[in-house]
Amino acid sequence: MQKLAQLLEFGASGSAPLSELRKQLGSGGCSSQGGAGKSGCGSAAGQGDLPPEIWEKVKNHPCYSEQAHHHFARMHVAVAPACNIQCNYCNRKYDCANESRPGVVSEKLTPEQAAKKVIAVASRVPQMTVLGIAGPGDPLANPDKTFKTFELVSAAAPDIKLCLSTNGLTLPDHIDRIAALKVDHVTITINMIDPEIGAKIYPWIFYNHRRYQGVEAAKILSERQLLGLEMLTARGILVKVNSVMIPGINDQHLVEVNKAVKARGAFLHNIMPLISAPEHGTAFGLAGQRGPTAQELKVLQDACEGEMNMMRHCRQCRADAVGLLGEDRSDEFTNAKVEEMEVSYDLAARQAYLAKVEAERDAIAEAKKAELKTLDDEASGIAIQVAVATKGGGRINEHFGHAHEFQIYEVSTAGAKFIGHRRVDLYCEGGYASATGIEPILKALNDCTAVLVAKIGICPKDSLMGAGIEAVESYAFEFIETSVIAYFKDYLRRVGQSEIRHVVRGDAAIRQGAFTEA
Amino acid sequence: MAYRIVASQCTSCSACSIECPNAAIFEKGGSFAIDASKCTECIGHYDVPQCVAVCPVDHTCIIDSAVPRYQAPA
Repeated sequence: MQKLAQLLEFGASGSAPLSELRKQLGSGGCSSQGGAGKSGCGSAAGQGDLPPEIWEKVKNHPCYSEQAHHHFARMHVAVAPACNIQCNYCNRKYDCANESRPGVVSEKLTPEQAAKKVIAVASRVPQMTVLGIAGPGDPLANPDKTFKTFELVSAAAPDIKLCLSTNGLTLPDHIDRIAALKVDHVTITINMIDPEIGAKIYPWIFYNHRRYQGVEAAKILSERQLLGLEMLTARGILVKVNSVMIPGINDQHLVEVNKAVKARGAFLHNIMPLISAPEHGTAFGLAGQRGPTAQELKVLQDACEGEMNMMRHCRQCRADAVGLLGEDRSDEFTNAKVEEMEVSYDLAARQAYLAKVEAERDAIAEAKKAELKTLDDEASGIAIQVAVATKGGGRINEHFGHAHEFQIYEVSTAGAKFIGHRRVDLYCEGGYASATGIEPILKALNDCTAVLVAKIGICPKDSLMGAGIEAVESYAFEFIETSVIAYFKDYLRRVGQSEIRHVVRGDAAIRQGAFTEA
Repeated sequence: MAYRIVASQCTSCSACSIECPNAAIFEKGGSFAIDASKCTECIGHYDVPQCVAVCPVDHTCIIDSAVPRYQAPA
């Protein structure tokens, strides 16, 4: 908690003031007028102007479509423990039951165990549309296990989309196999295109049977990553680029990375905050390297949002996560439990669920369009952020005290735009307020004007009010974006009638740790 | 004659066993181990021992002082 307090002291740890950072980033060249006209992912809600064949690929993929992540689940199987590079934000040595850092999993699987797990989950969780292999090492440093798993799964469950996430070092060597297996989504983690910067992030790589270090290592890695990206886009395989935002090291440079990957055809760019709690024992964590604040992250994401989609809904989930983004049901599907399960693959039930989602999704889009129209007559320069408690389905359907995370929307007369989520420690535990109290939640939501919930107790409501955040229950179980716009209209009305005063909110803290249910 | 793996430091990531040109590395009780009779210290294969170069934890793949150093066939 002390760490969070430090992070909130914006500018106190040697970083540039927010306004200055914004100015620097804005002049970076790929800034834009926001994502209003864009489609498909990151910020926009639906098909928009995406070509039909690409829309087909992304519409049910929770990582590639912001809209889909409300309805569809992904699972990762941990079949790839080996890695071929060392990153300063990763510590491979550390693993325990409460581990909450990306890249680490408690249970490793053989391809056969993994395939059985996938079928078991798919037959019980109809939302599960995507299988990803993301580690805990690098999938392409374990090519035999990775591709064997894909083969087994696509034979048994051909409707499941396959994707993999890689550091890119050996990617150019595997393009044919990736294409042959119909892996249609690949994520490459690209943190730099300048080897001088790369040398501060990667101590070494293992390539062509030897170790390379420093600038030489970063140069090889960068060339291989960009080559792999070009080769994939040439084959029509959708590529998402992940970048870890490391303040003072690559934060401003990521604008250049964004331009470089956009020029090579990347479909989506996901800039994630560095996770660097000292107890994780990573090189960055031990050196006291801080992660970005919520507003620093947003400023950078906004600056990169040109013609390219930015992903804002990443949960930085573990390499063995199961469920909707923001949900982890991996405990229900441990090796031992899967071994005992009678597994039958029910394609019809899965297709019935898809049809239900299609209908719900159309209803959400229609409602949003109608609500947006009512903003036409409003003229105001005010923009606010609103937090929402949801457990999926695109509705405000979570109790404040039961929320593991809040979704954050930015709303102005231009409409409502999803800009990210904030993980929090559960406020309510067994009917009582948690030991950590409400303080961390106030910090996580500090840049928001209101929080829309299904229900909230009087105590937390008062605490939020004291911090200048209005807790609102009147939109319970309604569609999220429609409600956010409706709240905003009411807010403007109240400001107009001097019932309330518009206050510009401050910055917020990003909770450390990958998403786990614990 | 061989390298060995310090089991207490091994993360069991299997990277060494993938790279070993002699298939000398196997899983044993939650970590990995090297079959000293198969290890050639990568002499004749590569400039550096592959397990040492790829291991994410430094000083985990080390020379096994209990056995004589590997001698390449003349």
